[in-house]
Order: sequence, then structure tokens, then C-alpha cells
Amino acid sequence: MTEKTAEAILESVEFNEDGYMVDPNAWTPQIAEAIARQEGIAELTEDHWKIIEFCRQRASESGAAPTLRQITSGTGISTKELFSLFPKGPAKKVAKIAGLGKPEGCV
Amino acid sequence: MKTLLILGAGTAGTMVANKMAQHLDPVEWKIIVVDQEETHYYQPGFLFIPFGIYRPNDVVKPKRDFLPRNVEFVLSPIDLIEPDENRVRLAKDNRVIDYDYLVIATGTQIHPEETAGLKDNGWHENVFDFYTLEGATALSRFLKFWKGGHMVLNVVEMPIKCPVAPLEFLFLADWFFHQRGMRDEVDITFATPLPGAFTKPRAAAMLGDMLNRKHINLQADFNAMEVDHEKGVLRSYDEREVPFDLLVTIPTNMGAEVIGRSGMGDELNFVPTHKHTLQSEKWENVWVIGDATNLPTSKAGSVAHFMLDVLVENMLRHMEGLEPLPKFDGHANCFIESGFEKGILIDFNYDVEPLPGKYPLPGLGPFSLLKESAANHWGKMTFRWIYWNVLLKGGDMPFESQMSMAGKWN
Ligand SMILES: Cc1cc2nc3c(=O)[nH]c(=O)nc-3n(C[C@H](O)[C@H](O)[C@H](O)COP(=O)(O)OP(=O)(O)OC[C@H]3O[C@@H](n4cnc5c(N)ncnc54)[C@H](O)[C@@H]3O)c2cc1C
Repeated sequence: MTEKTAEAILESVEFNEDGYMVDPNAWTPQIAEAIARQEGIAELTEDHWKIIEFCRQRASESGAAPTLRQITSGTGISTKELFSLFPKGPAKKVAKIAGLGKPEGCV
Repeated sequence: MKTLLILGAGTAGTMVANKMAQHLDPVEWKIIVVDQEETHYYQPGFLFIPFGIYRPNDVVKPKRDFLPRNVEFVLSPIDLIEPDENRVRLAKDNRVIDYDYLVIATGTQIHPEETAGLKDNGWHENVFDFYTLEGATALSRFLKFWKGGHMVLNVVEMPIKCPVAPLEFLFLADWFFHQRGMRDEVDITFATPLPGAFTKPRAAAMLGDMLNRKHINLQADFNAMEVDHEKGVLRSYDEREVPFDLLVTIPTNMGAEVIGRSGMGDELNFVPTHKHTLQSEKWENVWVIGDATNLPTSKAGSVAHFMLDVLVENMLRHMEGLEPLPKFDGHANCFIESGFEKGILIDFNYDVEPLPGKYPLPGLGPFSLLKESAANHWGKMTFRWIYWNVLLKGGDMPFESQMSMAGKWN
């Protein structure tokens, strides 16, 4: 996918002020790839997808994007690996790419 | 004879025992409370111990003194809960208790072993927690003779009980070093996994500003990976290093291990609880209160108090075959000690973030919301007396369980 098509794909997608998709049902794998590029992840590998799918599954059950701890204990992937797959803040980054809201791990 | 079994005699369990003893007919009902500790800790007081404001003696009293006479208090670790059999197994004498209703109030505890290197060496030497009496006391001894250097306060992961306590610690530390004429000798850093000083936007902005004014450095979005003692740094997963001479940590908070062992908890051993009724999501005769729940509100004594009336009413309704009412709104109310005999008060719930205004009387206070004041500080200091004398006994407080918008502005 070129930079241009990523932009074109995202043009019709609605985001909130924090950069999360407004409607998780409007999400498609192409949109995920396009957001990932914007977030500095050039290509989504099998490991990325495993996590994205887990997060979407989890969110459809609970209504909220999972926290870091929920992702690591749910997928068996270590926090370290998670940070190398989704650098900086993985919980937020995956939530963005998976078309979910901001993870509310904190109150 | 029917049995109401309460697990945990901390803030929440003690209040429930007192309230239910007033409501249940002793001819029909037996109330049993189990806890592994003889001593009741006034945990909000732990904050003041490192700075010599309170001593260990000020925060402990025997648990039994706060439980009604007609309640049986069993001193024992809880081994296993078997909710499908309505049965709990205790460690002491292998006692088995069958129950009709169960209240889970086993709170949350810290787990430093969850972070690499945190408990290895240096634990309670130059690495301290203040969420236990031992930690807070060891830290007070350390601070008495400390000459200064890098002090780092780290929150390992959310959620933690009393999410404002780390900020209070920082503000008090700033005051403490000022008092001792050594503030210039101490470099204070706050490393937190949150994107800012606090979770809720309005309060985060205000508190972030206070950190700035007090020259406290902020390392936000900091997910602690390990403590490297050789290099004297705290390292995050994104490879940031924060050097420390003194590390004060709020380790991972988890629900009681017995919850995990019994297969009743989430990934942090918190019990999935109905957000508005406080009934367990899975067992209808199991009710959950205080820090033990998985609910998205603060884990605080004030919250446990706001949960109390809802929980008691709903259990009584359920005993009569009525539906529980969805009355709990996530109401939380926290005094934030800000140093130099001032404090801030915040009041919020599931849906409304902390806003400025007056509390509890609209327009009058005496407490100011989201603003520093001396009255707020005295509110915080009076809380200890109220805790022992009114709150634990399930007495009435001049606050409503549900949050109110009166006296607040947007
Ligand atoms: C430093 C600090 C400052 C705080 N400041 C404030 C504040 O200013 N305002 C405020 O409102 N709140 C504050 N809090 C939070 C408040 O103390 C807690 O939210 C409150 O005590 C929760 O009550 P609880 O009954 O749920 O848990 P707890 O009071 O912790 O009680 C849990 C009980 O369960 C028992 N237990 C656990 N597992 C077992 C087992 N397996 N067998 C037997 N017994 C078991 C424990 O021994 C304990 O007695 C603070 C906490 C800390 C640590």
C-alpha cells in the first residue's frame, strides 16, 4: 500500500479528537493497515493481527478496549514483545489500529 | 438458621457487618466475618508516616473493637471459595463454612514481585512502598537521615487503590524537604503509566500544573519494566531510564490471591461485579464491595462507603425476592493533601469528571472542589477521627451516596 492510498482510505473514516475511530463497526482490515502506517508500523505481521483480533474480540464482549495487562494475560504475549510490535504505548496503539475507543484501564 | 458470611474485615467488610447486624433478625440469621489479620489499619494514614506526621500507633486498632457483639469474628486466612457449593474453606482448623449469602470484601494488595528487580535487593533499603505499614515505617526511618539526591516516585501499573495517593506523596515530599531546608538537594521525578498527572482531564490539568509549580518532573506514559540496581535506574519498556537514589514505588495492585485461586477473578484477581447493583456477575447470592470489585471507579474508602447503602438495600431486597436496584453511580470523593497545610477535594462518578465548586453544601462548602484550601486540609486530617468513630460503624455521614451536581460549575 502506498502512502497515498492509506490517506485515501482514511479520508472517509470518522475519528474522535483523540484519534480513535468513532464507530468500531465501520472498521476493516484495510483501515487497520492504513492507521498502522500512520502510527509508524509499516507492515502488520501475523503477530500484530493476533493481537488486533484479540482486542476486537475482547471489546465486543466487554464494550471496552482491553488494557495492557488484559492483552498480555489474554494472548500469552509478553509485555516486552508487545512493546516491540507496537512501540511506545501498545494498549493505545492497538486500540487505535483495531478501531476501538481509548482503553480505560485507569480511574 | 441462615448464614451471611463476610470475607474481609477491612473498611468495607466492617461497615457491612455493622449495617447488616442492624437489619437482620438474630433469631433467623447468623453473621460471620473472616479476616486473617487481628489489626485494622487506617490505610489513609500510611501517607503521613514517612514524613513523621503520624506514627505507626496512630493508624492501628484491634479489628474486633469495630465489629458488633452478635457477629462471629473468625481470625483465619481464607483458603478457597466454592461459590457453586455456597461454601468457603478456611485455613484454620480446616473449617468449612456454608453460607446463604456471601459478601466479598477482601480488598487489594501490592505485588512488587510483578516487576523485575523491584524486590531483589534494596527493598526497604533505598526502594520503598508506602502502601503497607512496614513500607511506610521503613521509609520514615530512611528519610530521617537522607542527605538528598534523586527521588523517583513510580506507579507501576493502573488501577491502584487511592489513585491520588502518589500525588499527595509528591506534594508532601516537596513540603517535607522544604521544611528541612534541603529541597535544593532533592530532585523529584514522578514516573507514571498515565498520559499525565491524573486520569480525569480537568483534574489532570490542574494537578499537572501544581507539579510544575513545585518543580516536580513528570515522566508520563512510563510503563516500568525493571529496576536495574547496578546502574541505579528504573527502566521502562520503551527503554527510558530514570536514575534514582531513592525509589518510592506503588507496585502492581491485585485483588486477593484467594479470589484467583477460586476462579472468581479477572486477570488482576478483581471480582467481576455488576456496575450499578454490586451483585456478582455470576452468582446471585454473592455480593462485592470496596477494592475487591473490578468496577471502573476509584478504589477508596469513600467509595466503599458510598457503595454500602446500595449493597445493603439490594441484599435485603434480594432476601425478600425483589430485584436489586441499579443505584450505585461510581461516586468517589477524595481529599488530596497538597502540602503546606493545604488540600484539594475532588468529587466525581462513572460519568462526570471532577469539577470545581463547593461541597457538600452548594455555594457554602466548607470544602472547595478542585481548588487548594486550608479547609480541605483540615477535612483530610479530621477524616481519621470520622473513620474510626463514624464510618466503620456504618453511621450516617452528611454526604449522599449518589453524586450531586448542585454547587458545581462546568
Ligand atoms: C496510602 C493509602 C492512602 C489512602 N488514602 C485514602 C484516602 O485518603 N481516602 C480514601 O477514601 N481512601 C484512601 N485509601 C484507600 C482505602 O484505604 C481503601 O480503599 C479501603 O481500605 C478499601 O476497603 P476494603 O474493605 O475494600 O479493603 P481493605 O480495607 O484493604 O480490607 C481487606 C481485608 O481483607 C483481608 N483479606 C484479604 N485476603 C484475605 C484472605 N485470603 N484471608 C483472610 N483475610 C483476607 C485483609 O486482611 C483486609 O483486612 C488509601 C489507601 C492507601 C494504601
